[in-house]
Amino acid sequence: MARVVVDVMLKPEILDPQGQAVQRALPRLGFDGISDVRQGKRFELELDGPADEATLARIREAAETFLANTVIEDFTVRVEEEAK
Amino acid sequence: MSQKHLDTVAHAAETPDAEQPWAELGLKQDEYERIRAILGRRPTGAELAMYSVMWSEHCSYKSSKVHLKQFGEKAPASDAMLVGIGENAGVVDVGQGYAVTFKVESHNHPSYIEPYQGAATGIGGIVRDILAMGARPVAVMDPLRFGAADHPDTRRVLPGVVAGIGGYGNCLGLPNIGGEVVFDPCYQGNPLVNALCVGVMKHEDIHLAKASGPGNKVVLYGARTGGDGIGGVSVLASETFTDQGPTKRPAVQVGDPFQEKLLIECTLEVFAEKLVVGIQDLGGAGLSCATSELASAGSGGMRVDLDRVPLRDATLSPEEILMSESQERMCAVVEPDKVDRFLEICEKWDVIATVIGEVTDGDRLEIFWHGEQVVDVPPRTVAHEGPTYQRPYARPEWQDELQADAPTADRLKRPASGDELKATLLALAAHPNQADKSWITSQYDRYVLGNTVLAQPEDSGMIRIDEETNLGVAVATDGNGRYAKLDPYTGAQLALVEAYRNVAATGARPLAVTDCLNFGSPEDPAVMWQFAEACRGLADACQVLGTPVTGGNVSLYNQTGETAIHPTPVVGVLGVIDDVERRTPMAFAEEGQLVYLLGDTGDEFGGSAWAQVAHDHLGGLPPKVDLERERLLAEILIAASRDGMVDAAHDLSDGGLAQALVESCLKGGRGARIVVPQGTDPFVLLFSESAGRAIVAVPRSEELRFTDMCGARGLPATRIGVVDGDTIEVQGQFSVSLDELRTAHEATFPALLG
Repeated sequence: MARVVVDVMLKPEILDPQGQAVQRALPRLGFDGISDVRQGKRFELELDGPADEATLARIREAAETFLANTVIEDFTVRVEEEAK
Repeated sequence: MSQKHLDTVAHAAETPDAEQPWAELGLKQDEYERIRAILGRRPTGAELAMYSVMWSEHCSYKSSKVHLKQFGEKAPASDAMLVGIGENAGVVDVGQGYAVTFKVESHNHPSYIEPYQGAATGIGGIVRDILAMGARPVAVMDPLRFGAADHPDTRRVLPGVVAGIGGYGNCLGLPNIGGEVVFDPCYQGNPLVNALCVGVMKHEDIHLAKASGPGNKVVLYGARTGGDGIGGVSVLASETFTDQGPTKRPAVQVGDPFQEKLLIECTLEVFAEKLVVGIQDLGGAGLSCATSELASAGSGGMRVDLDRVPLRDATLSPEEILMSESQERMCAVVEPDKVDRFLEICEKWDVIATVIGEVTDGDRLEIFWHGEQVVDVPPRTVAHEGPTYQRPYARPEWQDELQADAPTADRLKRPASGDELKATLLALAAHPNQADKSWITSQYDRYVLGNTVLAQPEDSGMIRIDEETNLGVAVATDGNGRYAKLDPYTGAQLALVEAYRNVAATGARPLAVTDCLNFGSPEDPAVMWQFAEACRGLADACQVLGTPVTGGNVSLYNQTGETAIHPTPVVGVLGVIDDVERRTPMAFAEEGQLVYLLGDTGDEFGGSAWAQVAHDHLGGLPPKVDLERERLLAEILIAASRDGMVDAAHDLSDGGLAQALVESCLKGGRGARIVVPQGTDPFVLLFSESAGRAIVAVPRSEELRFTDMCGARGLPATRIGVVDGDTIEVQGQFSVSLDELRTAHEATFPALLG
């Protein structure tokens, strides 16, 4: 049993209106000193079996074709915890 | 980025032989030579970038210009025109001191790559065009064309495009009042996503894009500049400068409708306080376009300090800043003593505004980067005096064969019995091109702002513009690539007359035209011929109908590999109605009213919906156009609406009378009993697509007055039936219940798209 995390972020050059809205709100609420905010998505996938290479390859494929829009987004896949 | 690599004007003069990536930027050898001749030296990297985008087909209209000239040369004299072609959008006088501006543009290629953002930023761009004229945007419309409805890629593109239009337009608070949705395999790899916007202002509020008055400040306001939409220029950046880090790919433009909303309110406020001399929106080619066009249209030169531009990405090079197509930005020219107030209003609306330069008394556009000059050009050579091509064009050799392949009775089997006619009617009503489009239009806000009088599926969208007097405007868009493929001259005219008829059917008087000309590659002589013919047809017809073309857009290179789309001129017609309460809807709502068919019906099936649905056939000639008849029909429809002689009117187009009856009956929830006149072939009556026709529902008390008017004016008006019951019955042929029709008509989209 394992948990795999897929983080999806807009590519750095793509405009992020949500991140900008958060950034504009921060100083209004007294949180100074933050120069930029980018907002992304995090998927936590609970696996039935172990996170072996074949499974991770399938997850990467799912991320590329479904979880992320690779025209405007990048993604990373990582294994968060292996069952002891 | 490192200063030592900066390609300044002085550096360019010293290194005449430096290799430059002009070919990668899409310039031809002779175009590059011409830039060198204009400047008397090699261009700097920044200059090369500016020329390359401004001389691109998209910005310079270099292939289309010679044909577009006709729209000016043949323009009918019209008292209504206040501003014509060449500005951001044309402006039309609609009376009572009001002026209306409207324009249609394409966002085809971006919408294929990233459907949601491509379509969304298409709305954003056309809205800023309208705003730049000084008008408040009040409505949008979207003529859309996709590949086969059941193709898997259509399922990717269509929902994204529709969600993008809805997402952006709804957030802006603009009603989407109409448009079209057409499917054809020719648009498979190249959907057409056109966007139209209508804006309203008072006559005295018209603003033009020009930079006059030395010493006036150039203010860039709106969103920060990022790497959006930088295409060929990244080639340049990576070729000219070696140590720039990771290669940058052209970035998809992402829109922010809430930023655009602020930009609208902010811009209208600076207009209202008379703080601007000239204004320009930033669209394709970004700052390159805005600065060169403002300077070119104005009196003198302009100096810009590019390092003052607020950036989202600090690593952008001057070339990239000049080319960036970041959305939601505008550029204004402001007198020095008004700058403080201008910036104050921008701050109030939370809009970033920066003075980036000033108008000079010279005649050069000069751009500096941290004090060093990177651009020194005559602005007209960038913006208005680019290359013009007389591309070779030739009637394709397959045209004769295509036209000879006519859908005559002996070549294509026609429905003969009542049952076959009924099946044909149901098949047409259920085909994606004719089926109910609520799945799409209900994702758009059609009634926000509270002034929408008519919206899809009515013949045209109608907006009230004065709440006291009920003055309103109606807009319809139409286009038929199948007709245009068979005969581009007639096809373009058919698009115009259908939109014209649609406006008149609602009771509004057609005033002006905007067009979006979607074609394949201009380097193909066959495509160029289609384009030339379509322009000629449209200009000739506008002249006769008295409706000038006020502006629009040309989109070329719409093709997949060697295969071009059908030539698809999309035409928008705008009309005015003095009192929107007098409008004519399309629904048959009153039992017992008489159904009249106006106009003449011939055996015309070339390019018809029937030929497509029943036989997947495209050949022959499109329906004939009679412009005088169209004009007469429009006058009758307008008079009938004004004097209350008809309660419903619906134009006849795709699918002919049968489809019009289906739509009017379903909308009103009433059936109709139709009698086929003696000596008439029921199939021809029901499915022919002869132009210049409409159906109307006449109250019995008005019948004599209405038929007298038609008779006196010489318009054929045939009584074909009566509004009655809950079936459409064609006597002696078949009868079909409204329930069965509704199921066929409305189930198509949910079944296709879920």
